[in-house]
Amino acid sequence: MSHELSAIIESIIFTAESPISTDRICDLLNEFDRDDVRSALAELVEFYENRGGGFELAAVAGGWQLRTRPAFQTYVTRQIRAKSSKFSQSSLETLAIIAYRQPITRAEIEHLRGVDCGGVLKSLLDKRLVKILGKKDIPGRPLIYGTSKEFLEIFGLKDLKSLPTLKEIQALEEIPQYERQDELPLGQDNPVPVESDLPFE
Amino acid sequence: MTRSETHLSSVESTPLLDGFHEQYSVHLDKFDGPLDLLLHLIKKNELDIYDISIAVITRQYLDYIKLMKELNLEIAGDFLVMAATLLQIKSRQLLPQDELEETDDVENDPRAELVRRLLEYQQYKEAGMVIGARALLGRDVFGRVASEPMLEAAQNEEGPLEVSLFDLVDAFRALLVRIPAESFHEVAPGDSLSIADCINEILSILQEKETIQFDDLVREEFTRERVIVTFLALLELSRLKLIRIFQGSEHGSIWFIPAVASTQLEE
Repeated sequence: MSHELSAIIESIIFTAESPISTDRICDLLNEFDRDDVRSALAELVEFYENRGGGFELAAVAGGWQLRTRPAFQTYVTRQIRAKSSKFSQSSLETLAIIAYRQPITRAEIEHLRGVDCGGVLKSLLDKRLVKILGKKDIPGRPLIYGTSKEFLEIFGLKDLKSLPTLKEIQALEEIPQYERQDELPLGQDNPVPVESDLPFE
Repeated sequence: MTRSETHLSSVESTPLLDGFHEQYSVHLDKFDGPLDLLLHLIKKNELDIYDISIAVITRQYLDYIKLMKELNLEIAGDFLVMAATLLQIKSRQLLPQDELEETDDVENDPRAELVRRLLEYQQYKEAGMVIGARALLGRDVFGRVASEPMLEAAQNEEGPLEVSLFDLVDAFRALLVRIPAESFHEVAPGDSLSIADCINEILSILQEKETIQFDDLVREEFTRERVIVTFLALLELSRLKLIRIFQGSEHGSIWFIPAVASTQLEE
């Protein structure tokens, strides 16, 4: 039963055009118990984690989406053309400032970067990575900007909280990047279960 | 290999300005504003960001601006503002400090504000590189692509499509248009149709048939009164959540089904 429900959820995520949230899936499957849907979804997530296939079930923009694994980028692009959305340093910088400091006005962005940002900001708005959140209640009522759902989707972020913290970024700069691994326990040191404790003896 | 060698030697043999040209064209798109240029100069001179030699940095910074002028590049005002800031900091450093302030020179360091801005800028520059290095959708990772025509075809296929109230109103209006213009000499029928009667009628039809079409309900008696009463009855039924309304296709006929399946009613 639960396996079938996982399959139903998989079919819904497969056909969704954009990341679909857990709540939305629960709403669509209103004939099932919400807790059952959640546990079936968790089962599905676990299945994809262990599958090691060509695509994965990613948690992005507050929802779930099937996407290819980054490792296969070179092979996938042989068939479909990658979008030429190469971000310039200035647009990435501006995007980072907006992402970390939102809601933010253009003047504040320009103060941080020390340079005019009108053109960059417009192209980010055109790409729908940035949106206007409203107007700030200060003289001149300047527009305030923030990042959009598309930003989370394209940059593969679950939510804004999953952005690397600025402290982490500083740490990256200082420490050479290599995988840290705890010392592997040697075979002899492994705690061997004491057999006499087993109740069946 | 030979090509790069000749390239190198040609650079060495050219006059000074051309050498600058070469150097400049490499750096041009790298500098993303005055703060970026300053950071580059600090790194190049291996200076401590907290203890910048303003004299060294200012001289090199002004050299760059001069170079930009020589190359007839438009110098952005932002670069000039920074040059002025640097000169102001240097001049403040040269002025004798107030005796009272001397004790607390960290706070009164004219460079403090610049250092703070540089550090902040550096942070976001690095953050930008970090997010840019992520696996981007459409560049590194790809979703399942359903092409537009495919989606449209899927939508046009016949199948239940839940409609909004406005679709219902549109269908009603379309129906009213089809009713022949009223003839004024006709004698009004004595018994008028009540909405309650109509609701009962529809419910009894729905017990026999699983689905009905709006057109079917008014086919027998195609008058303005009948259509309006039927429409109001349907609105009332959907308000009471006794029926559900579907449209087979875009601009297609509207169907009604009982909201609760008859089997569930029996339970």
